[in-house]
Amino acid sequence: MMNDEFTSNVAYSLQDVSFSYSRGKHAGSEAVLKELSCLMLSGRVLGILGPNGSGKSTLLKLLARVYQPQQGTIEILGESLSGLSQIEVAKRVALVPQETLQVFPFTIAEMVLMGRSPHHQGWGGWHWEDSQDWAIVQNAMEELDVAHLGDRLVTEVSGGERQRAVIARALVQEPQILLLDEPTAFLDLHHQLDIARIIRRLNRERGLTVILVSHDLNLASQYCDHVMLLNKGRIAAMGSPHMVIQPKVLEAVYGCSVLVDRHPQSGLPRVSLPM
Amino acid sequence: MTPLDYFSETTFMTPNLDTPPLPSSSSVLSLERSVSSDATGNRAPVFSRTLTRSRWWAWVSAACVVTVVTFVVCLGFGTQTIPYSRIIAVVMAVVVGPFTEQGIGDPTSVILLHVRMPRVVLAFFVGGSLAMVGVALQALLRNPLADPFVIGISSGAALGAAIALLFGVGISVGSISALPICAFAGALLALMIMYRISMAQYGFSVYTLLLAGVVLNAIFSAFIMFLTSIADPNRAFGMYAWLMGTLTGPDWPTLGMLVVYLGVGLVMLGMHAQSLNLLTLGEETARSLGVEVERVKKSVFLAAALLTGAVVSFSGIIGFVGLIIPHAVRLVVSADHRLLLPMAGLVGGMFLMMADTVARTALSPSEFPVGVMTALVGGPIFLWLLTTRQTQLGMK
Repeated sequence: MMNDEFTSNVAYSLQDVSFSYSRGKHAGSEAVLKELSCLMLSGRVLGILGPNGSGKSTLLKLLARVYQPQQGTIEILGESLSGLSQIEVAKRVALVPQETLQVFPFTIAEMVLMGRSPHHQGWGGWHWEDSQDWAIVQNAMEELDVAHLGDRLVTEVSGGERQRAVIARALVQEPQILLLDEPTAFLDLHHQLDIARIIRRLNRERGLTVILVSHDLNLASQYCDHVMLLNKGRIAAMGSPHMVIQPKVLEAVYGCSVLVDRHPQSGLPRVSLPM
Repeated sequence: MTPLDYFSETTFMTPNLDTPPLPSSSSVLSLERSVSSDATGNRAPVFSRTLTRSRWWAWVSAACVVTVVTFVVCLGFGTQTIPYSRIIAVVMAVVVGPFTEQGIGDPTSVILLHVRMPRVVLAFFVGGSLAMVGVALQALLRNPLADPFVIGISSGAALGAAIALLFGVGISVGSISALPICAFAGALLALMIMYRISMAQYGFSVYTLLLAGVVLNAIFSAFIMFLTSIADPNRAFGMYAWLMGTLTGPDWPTLGMLVVYLGVGLVMLGMHAQSLNLLTLGEETARSLGVEVERVKKSVFLAAALLTGAVVSFSGIIGFVGLIIPHAVRLVVSADHRLLLPMAGLVGGMFLMMADTVARTALSPSEFPVGVMTALVGGPIFLWLLTTRQTQLGMK
C-alpha cells in the first residue's frame, strides 16, 4: 500500500540492483552486488554492515553514483538516479570516503571549500566563491570544530581532524543525504565517539539522512536507527538493531560464534567475541 | 521479494524510541542561517592562505611584471652589447608604436627583432607550456613526479616528429606543417599507454609510474635511434641536435603557428582548473563532488598531448621544467589550480628564458642545448624530491 506520504519518506529505493567491477565477458560471474532490492528511509541513520567483501562500500558508491549498476534501478528521493547529471546528484548526496588522498599541499579550508563546487555551474566549473559560500564553509567548519585549522595543510593535521574536515566538506555540499564509508575506521576511541556523536547530531538536529558503512557492529547498534546486514552481495537481514544484531543472524553471516548482550546504558545489543 | 516487503516487515516493527523529525523541505541543511542577518555585509574569508579573486590578481599581475622584466633582461645578453635603453625603445616600439620608425638598416634592431626576440619568446612559450602540462598531468595522475619528459610523453612526441622529419612528412601541407600533428599523435599514444599502466592497478604507486616512464622512454628512444641510423647522415646530425632540446632559429610566422597550437591547448587546460582541483582528491571523490570525470580526463589528455606535441616539434626534448616549476609554485603560491596553472605558466616561461640565455651566452660564441641546462638543474632536484619528500609524495 504505497501512498504519497510513504514515498516522500523514502531516501532510496533499490530494485534488483546488480553490480560488477569487471566489464565484458566475465561481468556476470563476479557480481559484487546481486539483485539487491530495498527501501532506505529518509531522516534516519542507516548502518550497512557485513563481512569483508560483502559489497558494503560498493553499495555506498552506487548510492553516490560514483559507479552505476549494470542491472536494476536506483531511485533517490523519488527520482531516477541514472537520470540525474553528476552535479545534480552531488547537490543531493555527499559522500565521505574511507580514505582521503593527500598528495598535494591544499589547506583544510581549501579542501572544505571544494564541497561548494556542485553549486557553481558554468565554464568548466571556473568560479569564484562569494560571501555566501564563505559563510557556509565557515559555519560547517565551526560545527565540526575545524575552523581553527583552516590554514593548516591537509597533510599536517591528525587523522581525526582530517576526517572532521572531510565531513565539513560533505556538509557544505548542502546535501539531503550523507553517505559515510567507515567513518571511524582509523580513529582512536576518543575520536570514534566524537565522530559518532557528530553524525547523530546532524541527523537529529537537521533531519539529515545518514547512511554509513561500518565494520563496527557495536557502533552501528548504538547509533543507527536501522541496520542492513550484507552477505556476499545480498541482504541477509534488515531492520532495527534489536532484530538484526542477534547471535543466530551474525553467526550465519560471519561464520563464527558471537556473544550478544545488552549495552548497560542504552539496552541496545552489544556484540563480543567468545573466549 | 519487492522493496515494500522489506519495508513492511522490518520498519514498522521497529521500536523507534526517538523518531527524528522528517525533513520538511529541500533546504534541510541551511548552514547559512547565522549569517542571513548580515546578508548585505561581505563577509571576508578568515583563512589567509586560501585563494580569493584579489589574491589571484595580485599574484598574476606581479608575475606578469616580473616576466616582462626578465624578458627585457634576457634580450640584453648576447655576443653584441646592446644598451638597455635601446632594448626598451625597440620593445616599446613593437608593443605600442609603429616600429618602422626604428629604422630597418639599424643592425641592433635587426638583431633584437629577428634573432634574440623570437628566441626569447619561444623559450617563454615552451617553458610555460611544459610547466602547465606538468601541473595537469600531476593532478590527473595524482602524482607530483609526473612530468611530460619523465613519464615518456615528450619521447613519444619526439618519435612522431622524427618520423615526420626523416620521411619528409614534415614538408608543409598547404600552410600547415605536418610536424606538430605527428608529434601530437606520438604524445597522445604515449599518454594513453601511460594512463593504462597507471590505472591498471587500483591505488598505483609512484614507483610504478616512474618505472613505466623509464621503460617507455627507452622504447621510444630506441625507435628514434633506429630511425636516425638508417637516415641520411646530414639529416641525422640535425636530428641529434634537435633531440637534445634547442631553441635556435625560429622566425615570427613559425612562432605565430606555435601560439595557435598552444592557445587551443591552454584554453582546454584552463577551463578545467576547478575540476583538476577536485580530481586531486581521487576520481571517486571527484565524481561524488559532481565532476564528469571521463569527459574532463579526455579533454585534459588531449590538451596535454597537443601542448607537448607542439612544444617538442618546435624545440625538441627539454626535460624537468614540468616537474620543478609546479612543485616550486605549489610550495610558495598555492595548490589551487586556478592560480597554480597561470603561475606555473609564467614562472616556467621565465625559467626557460633564463636557462636559454645561459645556454646561448655562457660559452659564447658557441652555445649548448638548453635541454642540457634544464636536465642539469632539474635532475638533481628530482632526485632530492624522491629521497627527502617520500611521505609528502604519498610514497609511504
